[in-house]
Amino acid sequence: MSSTLSEADSKALLASYLVPFSPEVLAISAEAAAESAQQMGFPVAIKLCGDGVAHKTERGLVRLGVGNRSDALTTAQELLDAARPEDEATGVLVSPMISGSREFIAGVNRDPQFGPTVVFGVGGVMTEVLDDAVVRLAPLTTQDAYEMVTSIANKGLLEEFRGEPKVDIAAISEILMSLSRLVVERPDVVSVDLNPLIISEGRPIAVDALVELDDQGASR
Amino acid sequence: MIPTQAQFNALFEPQGIVVAGASTHPGKFGFVSLHNIIASGYSGKIFATNRDGNEVLGIKTLRSLEELPAGEADLIFVCTPQAANADLLRVAASKGIAAAFITSAGYGEAGPEGIQAERELVDLSRELGILVIGPNGQGVVSTPANLCAQIVAPYPPAGSIGIASQSGNFVSSFMNWSCATGVGISRAVSAGNAACTDVADLLRAYADDAATTVGLAYVEGTDDGRRFFDAMREVSARMPLVLLKGGSTSGGARAAASHTGSLATNDRVFDGACLQAGATRASSVEEAFEAAATFATQPLPLGNRVAVITTAGGWGVVAADAITRDPNLELAELPDDLRRAIDEHLPPRWSRSNPIDLAGGETRDTIPVILDLVARHPDIDAVIYLGLGIQSNQARLMRSGPFSNDPDVQRIVAYHERQDARFAQAAHDVSVATGKPVLTATELAVAFPDNPGPETVRSTGRVCYPSADRAVKALSHLVSRRSFLESRGSDV
Repeated sequence: MSSTLSEADSKALLASYLVPFSPEVLAISAEAAAESAQQMGFPVAIKLCGDGVAHKTERGLVRLGVGNRSDALTTAQELLDAARPEDEATGVLVSPMISGSREFIAGVNRDPQFGPTVVFGVGGVMTEVLDDAVVRLAPLTTQDAYEMVTSIANKGLLEEFRGEPKVDIAAISEILMSLSRLVVERPDVVSVDLNPLIISEGRPIAVDALVELDDQGASR
Repeated sequence: MIPTQAQFNALFEPQGIVVAGASTHPGKFGFVSLHNIIASGYSGKIFATNRDGNEVLGIKTLRSLEELPAGEADLIFVCTPQAANADLLRVAASKGIAAAFITSAGYGEAGPEGIQAERELVDLSRELGILVIGPNGQGVVSTPANLCAQIVAPYPPAGSIGIASQSGNFVSSFMNWSCATGVGISRAVSAGNAACTDVADLLRAYADDAATTVGLAYVEGTDDGRRFFDAMREVSARMPLVLLKGGSTSGGARAAASHTGSLATNDRVFDGACLQAGATRASSVEEAFEAAATFATQPLPLGNRVAVITTAGGWGVVAADAITRDPNLELAELPDDLRRAIDEHLPPRWSRSNPIDLAGGETRDTIPVILDLVARHPDIDAVIYLGLGIQSNQARLMRSGPFSNDPDVQRIVAYHERQDARFAQAAHDVSVATGKPVLTATELAVAFPDNPGPETVRSTGRVCYPSADRAVKALSHLVSRRSFLESRGSDV
């Protein structure tokens, strides 16, 4: 059996492997959330956080572009009220909105035959529709990581795009290398999702993370 | 257990063979395999066992393997029922036999009892130190030894492609393509249930085999993907390895909380493993065979810039489209100095760009001259030549038509046939001289295989591709391997 880490714990684990995240604050009350948002500057994103929270988007637990203090207060309270017992909610995460029109997905997974793999593809809301992803076996070489990024079908997304600069391929490759190290060093990690990985000013920033751990302490 | 070189020598270069369970019935494995061993011209000693001691195909059989003189045979080809095989292998080992090919069914594919029998077979092979291939396999081919120990056709021409397959039928398919193209085979083994020896073991043996320069394998599942990956990587570092994978479109196995879980489908994982290992993955049997045949017969290009030479417009245009679509290839920009050099040999209506469309402006020697000019140019890495054999195809009509006795008709027929043979030879010679791949493509290779164009290509040992698209695909695999070798030069 496996279980998921909360978004905050998932991010803490991945940040220790040098995956870049947007700054964020875990607020335990609506008032604290509004205060943090005020300090960050609007607009912000507010999300429910807890060990059992999965499929946040589908359940409406991710609110983007919250524009002022009173909206932040209302939104945070709605999210806290929407929490179910199984969510084991610990609060709401408040972070500045990262702007960028390109979203990728990166992660790790364990294949029943080939063992640990690293995945990279087009992410965000287009993940399933475009179904554009590449997989390699971990551990990766830097060459493997580079080739992963450059071999997606929608290569045009890596070039200058809608007034935004080219994607920093080396920066994405580093994230893939980090994921490769993580899955090799931590046999209890069943899967990792970084989705979306937003390209902001050409650089990738992860704004969501989900880590799934094996309860027995070790996967295959 | 890792098979030894000596065991593989017994399999591929046996001094003597014994067919266990030879039969007088021409429909039985025990007849067919003995027939094929004799028919392929195997020159070592041939023995056979038959319970009743009947003579089979002129061979006086032994009633029991106990009667086999020790040290006279090192390969046993087993066509006896499963239940008889354990005792048979013990006797075989006592007679100095080092390798066994087992065709018998009734093992792992046949329920719990069969699975138990297969487990015991694995233990027995270890205990006896005998290389066991199969069970439930079709056989082994080894052209350096004129050996066709299999229960199916064909026996392919000799060459340097080593085939290993989880499915016996695909061994036959690959070998049928070998017969069709003339690009030959060194060794071919159907691994059957692969109880003791699997495709990875066979590919490793081919990498060590001086007679084999290219590996070609069909795989479906693998219990231990990492072991297979390691084998692919080791083999690909030493020779080109082409894989056809079956069952690759089924979706990801798990639908978990994770998106990456659903993106990491079996097919993508296998694809990634091939790319990391440097193996060539093909998506059809023709593509797989032609990739292997191209590795075996053409030099590896240094770069990806392709020139197309055609005697007529449309073919060149379609070939250029295929090259442009291919992610590994680039349609070469025709260099100015090359354009001027070609101007010297053609009237002004030629295309003056790549594809190089001669537009019917060629005279007697134009094609060999242009082939040479283009292939020699430093900005061109590979050449595809289209239009071979069309004049000979007309000659065929004239040769069989009502005016075939007319001396003028006979003269033109002979001229065209001579010219097409000459052009095909030139494509080969230019490739050898420049060290660059020069591929010829025409559907005449399959429509009229005896056309002197394609026929001469075959006589040079190379493939005449049935279409420009197939030549482009084969070339793409060569370029992909070149970039792999360059990018991993240090860490392969």
